[in-house]
Amino acid sequence: LAPWLPVVGLEIHAQISSNSKLFSGSQVQFSAPPNSVVSFFDASLPGTLPVLNRRCVEAAVMTGLALNCSINKKSLFDRKHYFYADLPAGYQITQQRVPIAVNGSLSYSLCIDNKMSQMVTKTVRIKQIQLEQDSGKSLHDDTRSQTLVDLNRAGVGLMEVVMEPDMCCGEEAAAAVRELQLILQTLGSSQAVMAEGQLRVDANVSVHHPGEPYGVRTEVKNINSMRFLAKAVDYEIQRQIEELENGGTILNETRAFDSKLGCTVPMRDKEGKQDYRFMPEPNLPPLILYDAKSLPANMNHQQVVNIDWIHERLPDLPSVKRAKLVEQYGILPEHSFTLLNEDGLTEFFENVVKQTQMKPKKVIGWILKDLLSYLKQHSLTVKESPVSPFLLADLLNLLEKKQISSTAAKQVLTELWKGEGKTPLEIVKEKKLELIQDQQELEQICQAVIDGQENEVIMMVLG
Amino acid sequence: AQVEGLHFQVSAALREGRVSPAELCQRCLSLIKGTKFLNAYITVAEETALRQAEESEKRYRRGQPLGVLDGIPVAVKDNFNTAGIETTCASNMLKGYISPYNATVVQKLLDQGAVLLGKTNLDEFAMGSGSTDGVFGPVRNPWSYSRQYKEKSVPKSHSEDKESNWVITGGSSGGSAAAVSSFTCFAALGSDTGGSTRNPAAHCGVVGLKPTYGLISRHGLIPLVNSMDVPGILTRCVDDAAVVLGSLAGHDPKDSTTIQDNFKPFELPNLTDVSKLSIGIPKEYHAPGLSSEILALWSKAADLFKDAGAKVIEVSLPHTRYSIVCYHVLCTAEVASNMARFDGLEYGHRSDMNKSTESMYAATRREGFNDVVRGRILSGNYFLLKQNYENYFVKAQKVRRLIANDFVKVFRSGVDVLLTPTTLTDAVPYMEFIKEDNRTRSAQDDVLTQAANMAGLPAINVPTALSERGLPVGLQFIGRSFQEKQLLSVAKWFEKQVKFPMIQLEEVKRHEHGVFQHQKSASFS
Repeated sequence: LAPWLPVVGLEIHAQISSNSKLFSGSQVQFSAPPNSVVSFFDASLPGTLPVLNRRCVEAAVMTGLALNCSINKKSLFDRKHYFYADLPAGYQITQQRVPIAVNGSLSYSLCIDNKMSQMVTKTVRIKQIQLEQDSGKSLHDDTRSQTLVDLNRAGVGLMEVVMEPDMCCGEEAAAAVRELQLILQTLGSSQAVMAEGQLRVDANVSVHHPGEPYGVRTEVKNINSMRFLAKAVDYEIQRQIEELENGGTILNETRAFDSKLGCTVPMRDKEGKQDYRFMPEPNLPPLILYDAKSLPANMNHQQVVNIDWIHERLPDLPSVKRAKLVEQYGILPEHSFTLLNEDGLTEFFENVVKQTQMKPKKVIGWILKDLLSYLKQHSLTVKESPVSPFLLADLLNLLEKKQISSTAAKQVLTELWKGEGKTPLEIVKEKKLELIQDQQELEQICQAVIDGQENEVIMMVLG
Repeated sequence: AQVEGLHFQVSAALREGRVSPAELCQRCLSLIKGTKFLNAYITVAEETALRQAEESEKRYRRGQPLGVLDGIPVAVKDNFNTAGIETTCASNMLKGYISPYNATVVQKLLDQGAVLLGKTNLDEFAMGSGSTDGVFGPVRNPWSYSRQYKEKSVPKSHSEDKESNWVITGGSSGGSAAAVSSFTCFAALGSDTGGSTRNPAAHCGVVGLKPTYGLISRHGLIPLVNSMDVPGILTRCVDDAAVVLGSLAGHDPKDSTTIQDNFKPFELPNLTDVSKLSIGIPKEYHAPGLSSEILALWSKAADLFKDAGAKVIEVSLPHTRYSIVCYHVLCTAEVASNMARFDGLEYGHRSDMNKSTESMYAATRREGFNDVVRGRILSGNYFLLKQNYENYFVKAQKVRRLIANDFVKVFRSGVDVLLTPTTLTDAVPYMEFIKEDNRTRSAQDDVLTQAANMAGLPAINVPTALSERGLPVGLQFIGRSFQEKQLLSVAKWFEKQVKFPMIQLEEVKRHEHGVFQHQKSASFS
């Protein structure tokens, strides 16, 4: 059987972290009471006009720069028309012709095997980033045959990040999205929490034989977590391969991931082959961005977004942070990945290092093996850890000073998890776990042991 | 003596206490009642108007009026949002719709103490050139009842009464034009997308100003074509238009298409010397269907400038003949888009049909929109289809650029202002007007006005003379972008020369008061 090459591209919608919406002044608030943060413009009241939110533009520029994109100094807004209950104006304002950023790349890492012992770096091309409005939410109440519409989310700013089909499986897709998520969170341009709908991923999947043209692709939607992303993509790849090997064909359709059944199903023909009748948005002039060279001298700075100014103020991206951790602390690259992957873990680690004489190379083991596994076992976040950096550092110092053995240290740690407020030293004393440092005392103990085992000693001396 | 204007007459009278805002308001309200047959108003906001007038009165008594507009009764076309007062766009879709906010221009008028009498009638959603296609019925041109028209009209038979040969106002801001023309208010807001302020101004014998696109905020103006719409100003004289312009123009952060530059309201100079002016006469505006009467007036006007020493030259705007078709494509495309929000969900009419969301949308839109609106939506959606977009929409945008460039070239060659007719004929009787459909009429009637909208240029109708039928005929001046001061100065000079006669309306005579002065008219023709 000829091998199959799966091809995976992603369309990711990241909600912009801003106080107000993309084109109106109403607040961006998760879980607000229904229809309580809706401006006249969001509700599409006739005669209202869009006014562009500067912060949203800055967020998109930051993200574009972090993803190595070219920032378009002139970009345009368009209307994308379709009728749906959660789209009050009957169109979405988006950037179809000329988006704000294009032609970037994202590097991400994968483990070769499950043990995190060998990592390989991959790159996915970023086709573009565009600014657009989020829609409201509609809840279908089938029992009462009605649809409930909540417009709180209508008009919230989104960055759509389009990743080219450079990925080949669920794991790569998940790793790429994970890295994007970290970048967005580092920049602060999006909080990117999938569970809160701040990061939504649609996957485009197809398969083909090497040397042949790409196959028909399907779009997979309704993926609500990183884990489901990998599952959905892998399922769809498998489904397509099986279908084709059985002589069937792949339809260019949209499918939804059913997390309960772990499979993809065709979606209700909600959009079908829609003609969105794109048209330029006449109420918004072209978006012009400046850099240090093109910035006119007498320009009102309130009205201007300067790309270079934003570039200068970009924080360290995850890849840079990881490299710094490896260099500064002598830990392995895979360690740095785990540190950054857990919210707050890097901080915890660095705090412990500050407070202990133990070398970071050794501390990392305690962090990644003992602390982290305990947290995972009990589904706790780093912030919820009953053991603080101070306590752990204290314990490690005892170990470093050879006051206790490594086995004893683990026992103390187990006690510390209980969070009873005892210090490591107290626990050591309580459980009599101290290493004996006194030579004479040691000799006495050894002698006592030997004395109690006379026969064995004679056997050993005789050979 | 000049035509009654607020700048010279009423404002002074208010300041000097010769008339009070409350009296003025009362008189206008009762005149509105007396001229109800004109059907110029959809909503009369009697209570709020009287309250506003009282507030104004208090300010005058304290010696602290807010400005020239304080206490002045005004009317606003019913496609501008007015908080607490119904805004219908003369459509079933918005019957009973009470907006929660004021359009910026409405707010500005109110902030200066103007008294808002009510909302005026129009073609549904401003689509039309007759003010005949709204759900509240057609607007009648006040001149239909003027002595000047009645004297000239010969009833064809005994049975034909005055009711059946009334003439249209033109459109789509016919209600506003009729309101100003019949003295029920001193200024009115209209909108102008293809000529909707200038056309009815010409037919009703009032000044109709279309400002430069981007000068006055459209926030709160329910849009027809976002890239061409402007709020229009209707008054009885050019000075008044300048005053209203001064109170409305300027950047609005709520409207991203308004220019950022600071606008300085200007005092209109009294031009006496026009010898430094260059007036352009675009030959393409001698359009098919232009009545010989109007052609003669246009010629006479050109001579007027020439005799006064101005340079009058023939110019060419070669792409004029394409502008109607181009306008049709761009207008319907934007209409299709702008009307998409009317789905019955958030506001406005909602059909009882509830089998599904889609069926509810379809029924709501069928019930809420008239044929004209639905026709434009269908056309517009057709032009926006992926397979048609390049050939229609993009092509039309390119032609639009050519039309705009025609004007740029002419103005760059040294012409200050263009002089053209505003309409092809004087106002036609309603019975004759409705023999052709809205689309045909619009295509015919917009020919002379609509290129200015394509190019975003300022333009003004100045009432010039009465036709043989005793009806008003106006001429149009088109100016350079943002050069309203120059445009209005020339218009004011012309207005002074032609001395357009005051309408002689029985109803107005009955409601007359000392503020109105009789006009000795030296008719232009």
